[in-house]
Amino acid sequence: MHDRIAVDIKVPNQTRYLCLIGHIGENIAQALKHYEGDREKLAYELNLVLTEAMANAILHANVGDPAKEVHIEISISAGRLTIRVYDSGQGFDICQFAQPGHPLDEHGRGIYLIHTIMDEVAYRQTTDGHVLEMNKNLN
Amino acid sequence: MNLQIEERGQAVLLVVQEERLDAHNSGELKAQMVRLFEEGKINLVIDLQGVKFVDSSGLGAMVSGFKNASSRNGSLKLSGLQLQVKSMFELTRLHRVFEIFPDVDEALASFT
Repeated sequence: MHDRIAVDIKVPNQTRYLCLIGHIGENIAQALKHYEGDREKLAYELNLVLTEAMANAILHANVGDPAKEVHIEISISAGRLTIRVYDSGQGFDICQFAQPGHPLDEHGRGIYLIHTIMDEVAYRQTTDGHVLEMNKNLN
Repeated sequence: MNLQIEERGQAVLLVVQEERLDAHNSGELKAQMVRLFEEGKINLVIDLQGVKFVDSSGLGAMVSGFKNASSRNGSLKLSGLQLQVKSMFELTRLHRVFEIFPDVDEALASFT
């Protein structure tokens, strides 16, 4: 048996909603019925991945425009977690931050952290923006 | 941001009274540190006992403070990191950059 969960949410392009989205990730980790790993660690990781991905969409892709929206999909099926964060902006260069930078760099850790936590990360163009898709096997 | 600031001997103690330090509020922490540096304070302790979650921008704000303090021949030290927050410092190798103490008293004593 596997957990089957699907969450689809749209929030204004504002950092005040990071907490809401992060907590949804944390609560999903706590609610999984069939997860046998370290649940507290997974809860922090999902909170972090959602916070980082959404902050990137708000600040870099949608360049802080409060009139825009961020669309987030979270799904778990057959032991696989998929998170998609859609933006409607010009996008950003994901490859630039895939490797750890210098420890004293003030920026650029977010995408690196997503890469260390998730198994697959891709950033693709859509009809009206971009989507950051991240997958992780939970088994 | 809910931030308690008090002078304690040789250093200024900043107690972050928020569960999250993220892209929404880390700019305020950075701005408060800049204000203290401009007032001539060079030794800071940030207490994170009440913080359950830190993201990359929270780490970035503390790195900014660390660099600013170092450039003035002072230092920025941390105390009270919860387990998951500490693991963030390890994941990003920042535990090798910051002096991290179990509690405020030990962090403050290190300045005397």
